[in-house]
Amino acid sequence: MTTSRRKFIKISALGLGGLATTSSAFKMFGVNSYLDAAVKENIAKKFIRSATYCEVCFWKCAAWAYTDEEGSIKKIIGNEDDTHCNGRLCPRGTGGVGMYSDEDRLKTPLIRTTINGEETYREASWEEALDLIASKFKDIKEMYGPESFALLKHGSPGSHLEHLFKAYGSDTIAEPAYAQCRGPRETGFGLTFGSWVGSPEPTDIRDTKCLVLIGSHIGENMHNSQVQEMSDAIDNGATIITVDPRLSTAASKSKHWLAIKPATDIALLLSWMHVLIEEGLYNKKYVEQYTLGFDQLKQHVKPFTPEWAYGITTIKPDEIRKTARIMAAAAPSVIVHPGRHVVWYGDDSQRERAIAILNGLLGSWGNRGGFYFKESLKVPKFPHPEYPEPKWGWEEIGEKYPFAQMGITSEIVKATLKSEESDYPIKAWMVAGTNLINTLPEREKTIQAINEVEFLVVIDTMPMEITGYADVVLPECTYLERYDGIRSATNRTPSIAVRVPAVKPKYDSKPAWWISKQIGERLGLGDYFNYNDFEEVIEWQLNKLGTSLDEMKKIGVKNFERTSGPLFLEEGQEYEFYTPSGKIEFYSQQLANKGFDPMPVYTRHPEPPQGFYRLNYGRSPMHTFSRTINNPNLSDLKSENTLWVNPKVARILGLKKYQEVWLKNQDGIVSTFSIKVRITERIRWDSVYMYHGFGHNDKKLSRAFGKGVSDTELISQTVIDPIMGGTGLRGNFVSILTENPHKTSEI
Amino acid sequence: MRYAMVIDTLKCVGCSDCVVACQTENDVPHGYCRDWITETVNGSYPSVELELKSERCNHCDNAPCVRCCPTGASHIVEGGVVLVTANECIGCGACIESCPYDARYQHPDGYVDKCTFCHHRLEKGQLPACVSVCPTKCMYFGDLDNPNSEVSQLLKNRKYKTLAPEAGTNPHVFYLI
Repeated sequence: MTTSRRKFIKISALGLGGLATTSSAFKMFGVNSYLDAAVKENIAKKFIRSATYCEVCFWKCAAWAYTDEEGSIKKIIGNEDDTHCNGRLCPRGTGGVGMYSDEDRLKTPLIRTTINGEETYREASWEEALDLIASKFKDIKEMYGPESFALLKHGSPGSHLEHLFKAYGSDTIAEPAYAQCRGPRETGFGLTFGSWVGSPEPTDIRDTKCLVLIGSHIGENMHNSQVQEMSDAIDNGATIITVDPRLSTAASKSKHWLAIKPATDIALLLSWMHVLIEEGLYNKKYVEQYTLGFDQLKQHVKPFTPEWAYGITTIKPDEIRKTARIMAAAAPSVIVHPGRHVVWYGDDSQRERAIAILNGLLGSWGNRGGFYFKESLKVPKFPHPEYPEPKWGWEEIGEKYPFAQMGITSEIVKATLKSEESDYPIKAWMVAGTNLINTLPEREKTIQAINEVEFLVVIDTMPMEITGYADVVLPECTYLERYDGIRSATNRTPSIAVRVPAVKPKYDSKPAWWISKQIGERLGLGDYFNYNDFEEVIEWQLNKLGTSLDEMKKIGVKNFERTSGPLFLEEGQEYEFYTPSGKIEFYSQQLANKGFDPMPVYTRHPEPPQGFYRLNYGRSPMHTFSRTINNPNLSDLKSENTLWVNPKVARILGLKKYQEVWLKNQDGIVSTFSIKVRITERIRWDSVYMYHGFGHNDKKLSRAFGKGVSDTELISQTVIDPIMGGTGLRGNFVSILTENPHKTSEI
Repeated sequence: MRYAMVIDTLKCVGCSDCVVACQTENDVPHGYCRDWITETVNGSYPSVELELKSERCNHCDNAPCVRCCPTGASHIVEGGVVLVTANECIGCGACIESCPYDARYQHPDGYVDKCTFCHHRLEKGQLPACVSVCPTKCMYFGDLDNPNSEVSQLLKNRKYKTLAPEAGTNPHVFYLI
């Protein structure tokens, strides 16, 4: 490892320079100790660093993987030039090495077979597995058309497989990241500002005077640069307002924590609008110049006084007024954050509309300390023949939901069920990088669809639950062992990052690009994969972008100048938004035309019945979804989740600290495993809370199996967002069982 | 030269990045750690306060672990860093018992292990791994003997506390509050 001059200067500013330059520094530690020998050895150790970008979550921070002389990965450190991480990875990125070293990884292709009447897997060669998959691709095309083969995916492998599917003739593609996560905000903001929020969110948090979080738990979600910027904002004295029924980490850093009654956020948002308009605190110049429908909005929010909202939200009128005034005083340097996982109650696009409108009233979109105009670099497409035109695809499957902008995974599940008699019958699935069992609500339905599908191939690095349902399982190598597409980041400035293998793939695992190419060639689609190694594709693209793979291997990340104009609006600047009217649409004619409320309204949602508690869930900062629970480094940090229970509830139910309990939801579904009770004042008495992603039930995940409870298995009720098809997940209620319901009586 | 670590509890989100960075940097075996996160909750809903912070060896001036070590394996080196010489350690565990911060553990290889402020990194002019990786930049490290160092300035200008001051150990990990 080399110490750069720049690093040295930085350190010396902290008063360590003297030490760094002392050549006889060893002496101060005494020459004979064992530790000194270890230190010398460590210094002598030569690391090789390889450029990569992280795949433990979707933030895709650029990093360096350090391998020692024996070729084993020792650590992963953020790339200092990367705007996603600024040289600092989050715990998951730092612990990404565990993804590589996990001994439970999928090691070889597996094919489902029956031995002595029992279904099991047998190890297979890649040749055999790929031949089998290709023959199924052909069969499905022949019998039903290529559209009936669906791809459900997440992350980097998805793009390679998407290319295969489009070449094959199927656009039946979806990812749970849309309708089970961030979809509503893209729709809500899209309808209002004409632009998706996208990832990373273009929030100018570091320069904001006021950050408003609606249930968003930055700091527990480790969306890296955003967490970093929230920390900068704290240093800069920004006011943070957090609306959350739970004292989240962010709430604890907030000047104002509004402990809202769950499912009432829209009432609060409407009331804030009411205060801003009635008190004349909204950004008048901005509203005048850039928005449409202010008069209708004014009429619309007139009845929504803080007193009205108090009765719904339990937030005191004074507190509503005070926080609205703080936002107005900070405006336009204020962010009402869109959030990320926003599928809550089925009216989520409307809640996101309300958040967007509030930002419009404050004038934060396009202003410093608000939302910046993001920019990314377009990576040229490696040449290939035109894709065939499919007869139908994700759009038709989701046609009931007019403002869906991407495939709706839950609708693909429905279209797979024979009982649904869909016009778009789906007969085969490829699932890549997403554990649908722990990703989709209504597990029973997912499993039924899996049972009905004629062929299921799963590509993953780990033996996630979904692999146990597959006909063929393909072991993908981890991000540390492969080339992948160029990461073109949407940010304040455009940048690109490359992923170069730090080590050879462990076991018999292969990269997704190779899998796609192999299947493609077997289907006679070789023209779409006109390269021997994906390295060639990257090299070609990088050359077009004025750099080279050699250069990128040395620097990892390249930042480019903006070309689309300034980050923010100039004073009074003419600006056309990408909406039909060219304005920020407070009143949405688009929604009205399709029969939806043109402006958000509050509707009451079901409340927990007697003896039940609302099931809330969220992120643990050490884990990503359910995919990292088995990672040896990260499981070491948090190996199981706990059930957060208010002390009052604990008293009523007689629960003790760390007592094991089971949960039973409103439909009688009982958790497979038990969960330990965590009694805490951080949660309301009408809800319980747990970290998402735990409670794995596949024994092949040796560290994750049986640890805690899966929130997903208890989510059997969803309320579908009629606007974009998102599945509202927060309307499930659980009762707490102190006796093991799975105990079988012994004679 | 007097090394000190200053941790801003107003910024720490308790993500444990410091823990995993330490583990990979120092080859800490799985199941053990040299640093860890604590969470303190005060008050009752909805007037609740939460403090998150990263804890480790406090590299005390008056270190009970060094005083009680029968072999001299636990010792203090220049800069005030408390270290353990592994091959002089007999694993008696007296130091583990004596530490008011519970900062030491028995390594599976028999000796007692703990935070070294990453002194092999200091050697190279680098910050301790935990400090260098922290996404919230809530951790600061430097020389308290230098009045202009960042750590000195932070302690001059901000309210802070140390852990278990009643133990009289004169710890050198400070928490901004």
